[in-house]
Amino acid sequence: MIKTDTLIIGAGPVGLFCVHQLGIIGLTCEVVDNLDKIGGQCIELYPDKPIYDIPAIPECTGEELTNNLLEQIKTFKTNFHLNERVEEIKQDEKKWLIKTNKGTQFETSSIIIAAGVGSFEPRKFSTKEIEKYEGKKILYSVKDKKIFKDKTVTIFGGGDSALDWAIELSNTSKVILVHRRDDFRGMQASIDKVNQLKEEGKIEIYTKYQLDSVEGDNKIESINIKHDDESIKEIKTDYVLGFFGLIMKLGPIAEWGLNLDKKTIPVNTENFETNKKGIFAIGDICSYPGKLKLILSGFHEGALAARGCFKYAKPDEKYRFEFTTSSKIVKSRLGIKE
Amino acid sequence: MPKITYLENNGNSKTIDVSNGLTVMEGAVQNDIQGIDADCGGGMACATCHVYVNEEWFDKLPKKEDGEEDMLDMAFEPKKNSRLSCQLIVSDELDGLIVSIPSKQG
Ligand SMILES: Cc1cc2nc3c(=O)[nH]c(=O)nc-3n(C[C@H](O)[C@H](O)[C@H](O)COP(=O)(O)OP(=O)(O)OC[C@H]3O[C@@H](n4cnc5c(N)ncnc54)[C@H](O)[C@@H]3O)c2cc1C
Ligand code: FES
Repeated sequence: MIKTDTLIIGAGPVGLFCVHQLGIIGLTCEVVDNLDKIGGQCIELYPDKPIYDIPAIPECTGEELTNNLLEQIKTFKTNFHLNERVEEIKQDEKKWLIKTNKGTQFETSSIIIAAGVGSFEPRKFSTKEIEKYEGKKILYSVKDKKIFKDKTVTIFGGGDSALDWAIELSNTSKVILVHRRDDFRGMQASIDKVNQLKEEGKIEIYTKYQLDSVEGDNKIESINIKHDDESIKEIKTDYVLGFFGLIMKLGPIAEWGLNLDKKTIPVNTENFETNKKGIFAIGDICSYPGKLKLILSGFHEGALAARGCFKYAKPDEKYRFEFTTSSKIVKSRLGIKE
Repeated sequence: MPKITYLENNGNSKTIDVSNGLTVMEGAVQNDIQGIDADCGGGMACATCHVYVNEEWFDKLPKKEDGEEDMLDMAFEPKKNSRLSCQLIVSDELDGLIVSIPSKQG
């Protein structure tokens, strides 16, 4: 059981800046994120795109913003629990007990939900009755590539993940690549390589096809793919890999007894607390009249929510407003020596 | 104001007046049309605003920009007449447009 003043759910830009705001008022926190990397939408959806509306930063990419935020909170040596999704939240008198899908447990006096539009999860095939194969013969990521050795693997998708795995697995497996249109959207070098492997007979490619159905009981016997012109082709395969990018799912957050408005959590604008005392929501996931889904709004929300957490973490102390430029205590918390 | 008809996946048809300059996605979200999630808020980064455009309309719409087709690769059950509704900007030319909403957004 990890004890901390506050638990932040979500390591997007808003969660990251909130670490800073908690740190300067003397509160500790731990951060959990379902993704394998820090940065939320900025890193997952647009690492190379420039952002032009961060105050005092005329231009920076999603990745630069994330790195700068990390630099700004480095001094607090915050623990990040990546690849973990917060599943359960329980109240125990004045404490909150939190559990992740990997079994990590936290005890805190408050929780800040900075979960964006929910956790990123792989997009799946839309084909009916696919679940019984998922996780075994139909996969959306590769954990152990050895299982594919000397097998037939059919890969669906047109981006870099699909192309990279097609190239990689073609060394040890029979690879069939299927995509819904003729153009691939991966890096040109990968597209060229895949075409070269096709010429050499090491990869089969079917374009303008999508998965139609799967045959077989628990094991896959074969799959049927359907062309744009509705014709069907049968493929014998052992494994199917689908790479369709990530989608955001609200997931377990919907089960914590919080008020929800569509996919967002209503908060008050005084301290961004939800209908549950001690649970705050900031960034894209919160809603209130006039809410803008912008990073700069999330920074403000985090600053106020951090102050809101203070009374739960230190019920016997009074929060005092201080500037970072002039407060000795704040500067010492930031590790600044004078 | 141009009228846009949304065929919801539960079979309901809703015709809405949408102001010029808004996107077909915004017209849906602001009027509680079921089935358009628009998780990224129109950033062409989520494909959860995916719609099928009624055939007679498909060729009349402005062409897809770079990136829209890439994003449609990730949509739920994309077809030839698929578009991202956040990329369709409402104008007088779009008056009468009919879009159907897929059974799911992912
Ligand atoms: C293409 C694009 C361009 C954009 N451009 C701009 C711009 O120019 N300016 C601007 O201000 N904004 C822009 N935005 C919006 C901006 O990215 C978001 O407002 C911002 O990312 C919200 O930050 P956040 O920290 O609230 O959430 P997110 O960045 O969404 O991060 C939330 C994190 O929480 C995690 N999470 C969710 N649920 C759980 C759970 N149960 N357990 C563990 N982890 C969980 C998720 O995995 C995710 O990493 C853009 C967005 C897109 C898609
Ligand atoms: S709203 Fe996300 S792609 Fe259209």
